[in-house]
Amino acid sequence: MCAKSLKEVVDYCQELFDDITFQSARKWKDAEPGRKVIGYMPVYVPREIIHAAGFLPLGILGGGADMEVIHGDAYYQSYICRIPRSTIELAVAGNIDFVDGMMFPSICDVIRNLSGIWQLMFKDKYVRYFDTPQNFKGEVGGEFYQRELHELKEGLEELAGRKITNEDINKSIAVYNENREWIEKVYAYRAKTPWKTASWEVYILMRAGMVLPPEEHTQLMQDYLAAVETEDRPKRDNCRVIIQGSFCEQPPLNLVKSIELSGCYIVDDDFMMVARWLQKDVPTDGDGIHNLSDAFLNYSAESAFKFENVMEEKGTHMFDAIKKRGAEGVIFAAPSFCDPALLDQPMMVNRLKEKNVPFITMQYAENSGQMQPIREQSGTFADSIKLWSAA
Amino acid sequence: MSEKLEINKSKSQILQKEMITSNYDKITSGECKVSSTFVPGNLNELVMCFDMANNLPEINAIQNGMRKKSGGMIMEAERQGHSEDVCTYVKADVGQMAKGNIAPNGKPFPNPDLLLLSYTGCFTFLKWFELLREDYKCPTVMLHVPYDANGNPTKSMRDYIVKQLKEDVIPTMEKVSGVKFDIDRLREYMRNSAKAEDNMVWMLEQSKRTPSPIDCYFGGVYYMGPIFTAFRGTQDAIDYYDFLRTEIQERIDLGLGVSTPEGDMGEEKYRLVVEGPPNWTSFREFWKMFYDEGAVVVASSYSKVGGVYDYDGFRHDPENPLESLADYCLGVYTNRNLPTRVDMLAQNVKDYNADGLLINSIKSCNSFAAGQLMMMRQIEEITGKPGAFIETDLVDPRYFSAANVKNRLESYFQMIDQKRRGGGSATVAA
Repeated sequence: MCAKSLKEVVDYCQELFDDITFQSARKWKDAEPGRKVIGYMPVYVPREIIHAAGFLPLGILGGGADMEVIHGDAYYQSYICRIPRSTIELAVAGNIDFVDGMMFPSICDVIRNLSGIWQLMFKDKYVRYFDTPQNFKGEVGGEFYQRELHELKEGLEELAGRKITNEDINKSIAVYNENREWIEKVYAYRAKTPWKTASWEVYILMRAGMVLPPEEHTQLMQDYLAAVETEDRPKRDNCRVIIQGSFCEQPPLNLVKSIELSGCYIVDDDFMMVARWLQKDVPTDGDGIHNLSDAFLNYSAESAFKFENVMEEKGTHMFDAIKKRGAEGVIFAAPSFCDPALLDQPMMVNRLKEKNVPFITMQYAENSGQMQPIREQSGTFADSIKLWSAA
Repeated sequence: MSEKLEINKSKSQILQKEMITSNYDKITSGECKVSSTFVPGNLNELVMCFDMANNLPEINAIQNGMRKKSGGMIMEAERQGHSEDVCTYVKADVGQMAKGNIAPNGKPFPNPDLLLLSYTGCFTFLKWFELLREDYKCPTVMLHVPYDANGNPTKSMRDYIVKQLKEDVIPTMEKVSGVKFDIDRLREYMRNSAKAEDNMVWMLEQSKRTPSPIDCYFGGVYYMGPIFTAFRGTQDAIDYYDFLRTEIQERIDLGLGVSTPEGDMGEEKYRLVVEGPPNWTSFREFWKMFYDEGAVVVASSYSKVGGVYDYDGFRHDPENPLESLADYCLGVYTNRNLPTRVDMLAQNVKDYNADGLLINSIKSCNSFAAGQLMMMRQIEEITGKPGAFIETDLVDPRYFSAANVKNRLESYFQMIDQKRRGGGSATVAA
């Protein structure tokens, strides 16, 4: 078997990224009768259960930088973020007409109310608002969450016309454990040798995981790491930063490129947290639903949409990432009008100030086109770190 | 030369103001511990069980908005790094703290002893109290109320809320207050709540009459004050709603329409259902745009923001107190899904014989605003009545454009006239 070249892998990821009609998911669905596709929005849904039903979980992360939103603007006022309007556009324009159901996680009021719009507009589709607990005690939030997961399973069983067994779920858990393991390998490799792995490449590699079956995505990451290892790319005198606040509406790819071009290696981020939400392997034996619930309660990531019960713990995840990846600064890049990110930001900023960690803040929309100010801001930030850091 | 007009206030409005003031006096007295919580999902009966005063930050922001103080507070918060894009109630609160944390009665607010984070129907609540906790560093207890996404709250949701009350909320309140929880005391308060709620629903339904004796949006704000704040469950609330009922009955008996700040409105020309909160920084100017045209709001979603009592007949139930608190939270307007909200408002348009639905879309309140354009189209379709859309903000004076709002309202009233004459319907919108 001939190994894939880096160009082949990256070109394939780019093709998937550019395709807002989701041809790969359509092809997957058409390959066998009875296959179904369930769309989900950021930040987190338990994809293991969708996968266990034999369905393809499809990440719907808005319409991206190039989609012209015509219908979507008729549904949303100018002061609401862009992701719901471009998602409506995808639906109205027929881009996701093959999707059999949509899941709307409990992240904010906009996505929550979008679930209602879906109920009103697409009455023949499966629509699920997916609530995750804000109480993290097993006997309180855990019990509720397990009931939510059972309800989800039952809804998908109805759609599938068959039972989803515990064995199905455990097999899917194993698939996603492996997928997360390889994601972590890519992130670790990037942090170790950021000059070899362009962040925009890593970004579109992770985006591929939103549209491909997890098994194929895992293979793609393996191909990427094998290919990039052989590349000889120059090491630059860049600073090392992590990106925070981009967990829902995604930044334009040019923003990722601009930050990197301006002198910042991105060594961690919160772009697609669904793929990294669970921080450890989920056990593959025992009660799968219980295990998924336990993982959510006890070792899921920290994010702005999740209540932090202990004030002193807030920011731990960010500081862990700074330490683990050797970051020198933080770039808060939040979508305009994003309540979770923008309300959370002052608290995180204060913690960085207390620990003298350099940071900058910026806002974007998924279709932001003007990158010069971004380059100037992050370039100045990179320079200031290089000039004034303790080293 | 400007001449100060004497503001016409009904006796119930004066009484309501005295009650709200008395609560501020209680909060700032230093004589009792203070719990802060939110209007939607306000567990006032429970707070009273622990002899704590109930401080509601949205009400403080409203008070600051109406007193023209919120603008400076919001800018102060923005100077501290809070985004222009987020909830202005939160920023008014943060700015209030930075400016000395003075209550509307002129006395300093004490730091709360407890932040009771009733996470009901609004995502921002979660961040709001995380932000306040940074400064107050006081105990904060979460009550997560699941979103009623299917218009039918489940037993699972109810059990989850009850369990949180038992395992977390009540033990924390016992610890903070030093008062042991007494469920019979809670039952007694809930019995009182139900009595006041009966009269409140009677009041809401009187605007089915023509002319309507009350305005259920601008006037409704005053009528809702006691039950949505620190008085639900008290004898004071029962007395207030008895008094209000008598006052409204008198207006009905005399054949009077709506009472406005400038006296009786005169001929009722337009009957509207309004969705969304009002603007507070220009509240009176905003109201005047309606009553000058003879427009009365006969029903509004905002009069349900602290609890829905008419749509499906909910009353606090002393026989099942904790379960009933759970049902109350689940049923709060902003915790209901869009199809239910559409149904509720469409029913209002029909039952209250309204000319149509007006949406006041609030720039910084996504819980209400996201999806309103869809709601308007749906309600127009169901009722056959025209809808209109205006945009303001809660307490940020920068986002109240009087000329714009007035212009759109006038166009809307013209459209209603045209519709009555048998002409076609179109939507007035931004």
